[in-house]
Amino acid sequence: MFSTYPGQVVVDHPISVPIEHRFDPYVDNGGTLLSIAGEDFCVVAADTRQSEGYSINSRYVPKSVKLSDKTVISMGGCYADCLTLTKRIQQSMEWYQHAHGKTMSTAAVAQMLSIMLYQKRFFPFYSWCILGGLDEEGKGAVYTYDPVGSYERETCRCAGSASALIQPFLDNQINFKNQETQKHTQSLEKVLRITKDSFTSATERDIYTGDYLEIFVITSKGVEVQKMDLKKD
Amino acid sequence: MDTLVSKYANAASAASFDTADNLGENLAGWDAANEFALPAFDIPMVSNPVDFLRAHTDASAENRIRIQHGTTTLSFKFQGGIIVAVDSRASGGSYIASQTVKKVIEINPYLLGTMAGGAADCQYWERELGRRCRLYELRNKERISVAAASKILSNMVYDYKGMGLSMGTMITGWDKTGPQLFYVDSDGTRMRGERFSVGSGSTFAYGVLDTGYDYNLSVPDAIELGRRAIYHATHRDAYSGGSINVFHVKESGWEFIGNYDVGQLHWDYQAQPKGPIS
Repeated sequence: MFSTYPGQVVVDHPISVPIEHRFDPYVDNGGTLLSIAGEDFCVVAADTRQSEGYSINSRYVPKSVKLSDKTVISMGGCYADCLTLTKRIQQSMEWYQHAHGKTMSTAAVAQMLSIMLYQKRFFPFYSWCILGGLDEEGKGAVYTYDPVGSYERETCRCAGSASALIQPFLDNQINFKNQETQKHTQSLEKVLRITKDSFTSATERDIYTGDYLEIFVITSKGVEVQKMDLKKD
Repeated sequence: MDTLVSKYANAASAASFDTADNLGENLAGWDAANEFALPAFDIPMVSNPVDFLRAHTDASAENRIRIQHGTTTLSFKFQGGIIVAVDSRASGGSYIASQTVKKVIEINPYLLGTMAGGAADCQYWERELGRRCRLYELRNKERISVAAASKILSNMVYDYKGMGLSMGTMITGWDKTGPQLFYVDSDGTRMRGERFSVGSGSTFAYGVLDTGYDYNLSVPDAIELGRRAIYHATHRDAYSGGSINVFHVKESGWEFIGNYDVGQLHWDYQAQPKGPIS
């Protein structure tokens, strides 16, 4: 069984059952993500800091991935789980492309992601997902998820470590909550300003948010990526 | 429907051209029993997966996986069919995760399910129920009864009893036998009834519902009773709120009545004259 050397005392262990230590496969890598849907566009933004406790692993690890010309996914939580999940989505989308000869629609990716997350109902992915893109009519769409796959289409959503700081601001500025202003959809310029302000403000108060901001703008012309500096302290 | 049936019948024979190296399932070996098999889930490789899940979704867990919860839902039978009313708040711990959740799940034009407990559990299993009801329809050329549909759901979740699923739902609809209402939960309970309320705010809703209930209520009065019961639950239960969605189940199928913001509804009700309960 085990290799021994002359004179080594081999102890026959009285317990034959393996000792199981606490299985703790999750870490919180922090970070904040946000998505806002407009009339004919969608904005997906996330900071690029990756942390573990009080230490910063990296200042540039993107959380968002372009899935197609119409869809972008952004994920926060446990980075390892997010990587795996992104990889699975991309593979399924490729298979769909080969099987049906067309790219998956945003709505189809949205439903698929819900099922993928639920497949791991008893061993969840520690990931907060926001899917942004354009629907079949070309309108902006944001789909948000909980870690086990319940999902909903919304106009705006912020998730991750600074979600409780930013979401109330979005409710007020995008959905006009507690405002007398007539409800209307915001222009791309206004949405980008709101996005940038959200992250600069969150960086001031959340230790897990900062370094760089990466903004994906999805329009009928395709996906454009903008980068912006955030504070690095 | 015949064309649909033949389409599915052809699918099986056409698939016999599939080669052996097909990576996916060979549809020629399609089997009806397998079609009704339950989906497979990933299970962590630990001696007790249930403890693992609990440890990581518990309120005390360090890196907590917060699953959305909390609700008030109600539905009741009356002379005009069935009224279904729900709130729209989802909370993860003390954080309000959403104020716009759709807690009435439209299974098909004749069946409604409500959502209480784990949002993902209700969404996933009621979608799976919808798929099975559609298959039943294609095979039997008639709509499934509410009793059968609710039993499919309760049997599906019963297979996972004790594994941490959380679902409290009311399945309503109109079939051959008229309006039907069932309560189904993740413990395996399935009850026929004429009045149910489920969720953290259910006690408050029951108080209003039982006070104002009468089988002979008119349709507008029944809608108002459902809405009012949910309103009072959102007022007293912190885990309920947002807006109220009301549905009416009729012989022709369900109808969406409306969405009412609780913030506005509060002042509307405040403005109404108050009097003793008759």
